Amino acid sequence: MFESKAGIILIAGLFMFALAFVVMGLLPWLIYLDKPEQTMEDLVAGGVTAEFVDLAERFPAQFKEHFPDGVTRGSYASALERGRDIYVAEGCWHCHSQQVRPVSNEDLRFGPVSHAREYHNVLQRPVLFGTRRVGPDLIREAARRSNDWHVAHFFDPVLVSPTSVMPTYPWLYDDEDYPNRDGMSLIAYVQWLGSWLPEYPYFQGEGPMGPTERSGDEVALARESEGS
Amino acid sequence: MASASAATFGSLTIETPAHRDLVIEKLVLWHFLFSLTFLIVAMLAGWFFSLQLLQAYPFAGIEHLSPGRWRMIHTNGVAYGFIANAFLGALHWAIPRLTLQKVASKALSWFIFFAWQFVVLATVVGLIMGKAQAVEWGETPIFIDPLAIAGLILVAINFMTPILRSKGPMYVTLWYFIAGLVWTILVYAMGNYLPQFFVGGAASGALIGLFIHDLVGLFVTPLGWGLMYYFVPIILKKPIWSHGLSLVGFWGLAFFYPLNGIHHFLYSPIPMFLQYGAVISTIAVELVVTTVIINFFATIRHRGDMLRTNMPIRWFYIGMVFYFTTCLQCAMQVTLTFQKIIHFTDWVVGHSHLVMFGVFGFWIMGFMTHLFPRLLGAKGWYRAGWNEWHFWLMGISMLVMFFDLVFAGLVQGFMWRDLASWESTTVASGPFWFVRTLSGLGMLAGMGFFLANIAMTAVHRRTIEPTGQPAGESSGGATLATA
Ligand code: HEC
Ligand code: HEM
Repeated sequence: MFESKAGIILIAGLFMFALAFVVMGLLPWLIYLDKPEQTMEDLVAGGVTAEFVDLAERFPAQFKEHFPDGVTRGSYASALERGRDIYVAEGCWHCHSQQVRPVSNEDLRFGPVSHAREYHNVLQRPVLFGTRRVGPDLIREAARRSNDWHVAHFFDPVLVSPTSVMPTYPWLYDDEDYPNRDGMSLIAYVQWLGSWLPEYPYFQGEGPMGPTERSGDEVALARESEGS
Repeated sequence: MASASAATFGSLTIETPAHRDLVIEKLVLWHFLFSLTFLIVAMLAGWFFSLQLLQAYPFAGIEHLSPGRWRMIHTNGVAYGFIANAFLGALHWAIPRLTLQKVASKALSWFIFFAWQFVVLATVVGLIMGKAQAVEWGETPIFIDPLAIAGLILVAINFMTPILRSKGPMYVTLWYFIAGLVWTILVYAMGNYLPQFFVGGAASGALIGLFIHDLVGLFVTPLGWGLMYYFVPIILKKPIWSHGLSLVGFWGLAFFYPLNGIHHFLYSPIPMFLQYGAVISTIAVELVVTTVIINFFATIRHRGDMLRTNMPIRWFYIGMVFYFTTCLQCAMQVTLTFQKIIHFTDWVVGHSHLVMFGVFGFWIMGFMTHLFPRLLGAKGWYRAGWNEWHFWLMGISMLVMFFDLVFAGLVQGFMWRDLASWESTTVASGPFWFVRTLSGLGMLAGMGFFLANIAMTAVHRRTIEPTGQPAGESSGGATLATA
């Protein structure tokens, strides 16, 4: 059996694969099956972010051109979808993760630890957890930086972060160096990441309402002496 | 090269057709040439990406040369361009010789050859045009996936036919090939379709982890080990040490390897009990690997001098040392203690390079060194010394790259935990990234020696004197002796 053709095709080839698929793939799928995946409508049901409105106010002519409907939920949804597509196409996800782990002081650096429910939406299909961080995690990026900062940063990261090793993306801008439709969509997308939390943005050692009681460094030191 | 004859084993009489009726040498040659071409393209892509991390990317601002896109060409190029082509070529050599049967159809073989190059080229173009799919290592644009799967099914039909037709007990190599051919189709279809169309959120993360892992474990690893079980005994001219250990190795791999999937996303929102499961089976894989390594090192006992005198054997065994190293590293880095620090860092990138290139790439270099003169119709290599340069440049650069990235990973991981500013962590990584770029140059130079040697061997194929190193095995019944 263990050296026969049928044994190897059926037991090794099919059964072992199926076993692992059930344990490592199907089980997590079943666990979350009762939680419906949020559609695009669900995601924009709560309205648009202040940053999206800000884009429209800052670049009125360009915004009108790229999103003829103005600041609507429909425009926002299309921007988020397109922004995500660019995030995938440009390989941003090979340099940035989208998950805050409960270890290594990541909650102090980036903000609240990620929860499975945050990923149950169409924009996380396939999920963009990421496996490599050349740049920082982005799942708590919403409102941490201004639109202006992002506009400069995507054009040439060195303009705002002199030691940055992030690539330049001038093709996200039109001839007059205003962000084009892709550029605005990407900024809307990045500014969306984490905007679903009740309180955001989070800055290292500072909550949305100002400094937290103890700075991040103090908490980290305390944790270290506790040996965790 | 006698024409068809027959050999008798007890009650079994087996036809032993001539080598030239079994193996399409031209096809093997073309697979190898395309494999090396894609390897060079992919290495250049990786090398230029490494320049981006030094703030020295020469093509900054050109959309179609964006480093982010070319990083995907780097990883997909090595998997589907370099490794898949090299393996297809080697399977076309090994399977007919082992089974003494022709592939299902030689026309089909050529069709697959062209279809596969089309798939790889279309993937490269798709990635340049920004059509990537968000599955690591499955970035192949969605519309190319059906073609790739059709290709894999044809490959399986083409190779399974001779295997199923062969008579008598099956040699270890064929176990790995059968399983690998079945698995590859399933893995590819699962990873490219389910997370995209059916499952979202954390559950798709589990599937993507399974895909990344299975692509290495159920496509590259079984085909790679199958080829080792084939080439090593033939070149050493002695059988594998223990058949029992071969069995343990194969079935252990089949059972434990696929169960590792979720270890790519430890501490993620995927349920923790599944993460524990993945951690434990990952450590189990290390035990299985040890049995395989013992088997191979017991096989080369009393023939250790071959490591010095025989290039292919040297490539194979250094690859096995690296294999054991990566698997040992794997058993450590999968523990939650290590994960806290090294996940997301360059440590993992060092690990990937040691597996993909230090192991499978080196094995490929080994059997290419073994077969190329024969495929080119020469009696040996143009310059044996260039093969030494190839080996030492690759080996040293590989080690430099590996240790450099592992240390870089530790520095990054600890700086992150200590809440150093992000900028300071990339600045601290700078020197490590610089060394990595240098080691890439060393690898490219090593490949230069190899390519030059191939070209010169082709040019001077009629005048090269045999150097004592066997240029490919003798034909016909020789394979039976090891089966
Ligand atoms: C080569 C790896 C790399 C790629 C590819 C990359 N980034 Fe970055 N990114 C970085 C690094 C390093 C930083 C930190 C330095 C800086 O601020 O530029 C960064 C910073 C950022 C920040 C600022 C985070 C913060 O608040 O400090 C954002 C937002 C960002 N990247 C988004 C993107 C997007 C969107 C893409 C794809 C279009 C992308 N990145 C592609 C490496 C990369
Ligand atoms: C010239 C030699 C090479 C250089 C300079 C190089 C460079 C790189 C770089 C810069 C990355 C991205 C790392 C990051 O995100 O921080 C990478 C990733 C990768 N490379 Fe290479 N590479 C080379 C050769 C190879 C070869 C020959 C292979 C395989 C046969 C390979 C396989 C991989 C894999 C699998 C990854 C993905 C790593 C991960 O995400 O964990 N590379 N390489």
